Amino acid sequence: MRISTLVYLVRQGLKNIVRNKMFSLASVATMAACIFLFGCFFSVVVNFRYIVEKAEEGVAVTVFFDEGLTEARITQIGKLLSDRKEASEISYVSAEEAWDSYQKDYFGEDSRLAEGFRDDNPLANSDHYEVYLSDVSVQDSLVKYIQGIEGVRKVNYSSAVANTLSDINILIGYISVAVIVILLAVAVFLISNTVTIGISVRKEEIAIMKLIGATDYFVRSPFVIEGAIIGLVGSALPLIAVYYLYRSVVSFVLERFTILSLDFVSSKFIFSYLVPISLVIGLGVGLLGSFSTIRKHLNV
Amino acid sequence: MISLENVSKEYAAGIPAVKNVNLQIDDGEFVFIVGNSGSGKSTLIKLLLKELEPTEGTVMVNDIELNKLKHKEIPKFRRDIGVVFQDFRLLKDRSIYENVAFAQRVIEKSPKRIKKRVPEMLKLVGLAEKYRSFPKELSGGEQQRVAVARALINEPRLLLADEPTGNLDSTNSWEIMRLLNAVNKKGTTVLVVTHNREIVKKMQKRVITMKKGVIVKDVPEGGVLGEN
Ligand SMILES: Nc1ncnc2c1ncn2[C@@H]1O[C@H](COP(=O)(O)OP(=O)(O)OP(=O)(O)O)[C@@H](O)[C@H]1O
Ligand SMILES: [Mg+2]
Repeated sequence: MRISTLVYLVRQGLKNIVRNKMFSLASVATMAACIFLFGCFFSVVVNFRYIVEKAEEGVAVTVFFDEGLTEARITQIGKLLSDRKEASEISYVSAEEAWDSYQKDYFGEDSRLAEGFRDDNPLANSDHYEVYLSDVSVQDSLVKYIQGIEGVRKVNYSSAVANTLSDINILIGYISVAVIVILLAVAVFLISNTVTIGISVRKEEIAIMKLIGATDYFVRSPFVIEGAIIGLVGSALPLIAVYYLYRSVVSFVLERFTILSLDFVSSKFIFSYLVPISLVIGLGVGLLGSFSTIRKHLNV
Repeated sequence: MISLENVSKEYAAGIPAVKNVNLQIDDGEFVFIVGNSGSGKSTLIKLLLKELEPTEGTVMVNDIELNKLKHKEIPKFRRDIGVVFQDFRLLKDRSIYENVAFAQRVIEKSPKRIKKRVPEMLKLVGLAEKYRSFPKELSGGEQQRVAVARALINEPRLLLADEPTGNLDSTNSWEIMRLLNAVNKKGTTVLVVTHNREIVKKMQKRVITMKKGVIVKDVPEGGVLGEN
């Protein structure tokens, strides 16, 4: 195809959009709402995943032994645990270490409070393994396995935090997918309507074009371009908005809630995914909207 | 060459608009098609353009058998045919220049060629100065001349004109006929549907008369027309 032809076709596509301002605007706005929400949900979900992952890194299953279990057996259990692929890391904590760490956590620097227990380690018999998980979701199966090992008295695990976190994340994911799918359908519908109007306005022109030997692609291209431009503009605009919104929310939270020592995913990372995904969605929706319409109304 | 063999066209089952037409038109001929309103003249033109499919029979245009033509090949086929309509069918939102250039853009000619050819064509039809005007600013005759320029700019082998003078006064009609005659002299086959008896009589071309979808008379060039 000639460059001049391409330029001509793009100009015709733009002309369609301008000629049909209200519908074009409505389509762009819907598309923009869609991508805006997508961008917000995406940012939230990615950050949530990030938090969950960090939390998961700290989640450990604690394995206590039967009273008076031999050191050999304890080592053996350690071996069994480290063979599991759910376990990313295991460490042995002796009764003394456990007590030390407990004192530190609960009495702080004020060692006088712990004085009373000096000779009598209240946590005797509390030597244990701490098994760090590769992924919170495998916790249940690992715990079941450990409970079945001979010599294990008790397994402590905290299902609550990690599971709730990933449950919330999944919920956010579902809700956002549902909302976005609905909006995308609306966008396809509106773009298709916009293109339909463009086609009906140009019926005469299309008929003449066909009679003087225009190829199908020549007749169709302006409408495809129209849809693509609406989709792309509709997805590019909200990205800019989401970008500034994200940065200001992050800096606002970091400033106001310094005590929480929160950590956010960098906007660079988020947008390195968000931009291409959104543009592809925008383009896809635009093309879908125009193609479906052209099929129906342009029997060239 | 155009040839129709036993061609019929029924819009609604059982009511033929064109019935068992056999016809042959050689390259370079100038032919008038006359007949009452509803006799099937426009239908015949549409069959030649493959705008319509015959219900029966075979249509050959420019040595191409139309029912064997694939959808994809239609544009290329039509590029060898110029069409002029009774109601001009210009694009109202584009200048005269653009209307004529349009025919070249559609078949993807280079901008350079378009810049050269469009003024040439407009000059040929006597509208060189009006290139910036819009269709509604032109008289009927002028608009029809724009339509002729558009039909001729791609140098078609065949020109089909369906009542090109239907909306024009005598002077303008003759102006159009002069143009059509000139392109015919240069080798283009010309097929003109018309109700204008005066023109048909004076031009002394081949005249085909249709009645109720049937060709009832076919008078060769210079022949005696007789009444009706
Ligand atoms: N699209 C259509 N659907 C149904 N019937 C049609 C259609 N077009 C034409 N006809 C019928 O076919 C017959 C021939 O019509 P056609 O347009 O070919 O006549 P014509 O000779 O061109 O007439 P005119 O001189 O008035 O233009 C007429 O009876 C007309 O009513
Ligand atoms: Mg007619």
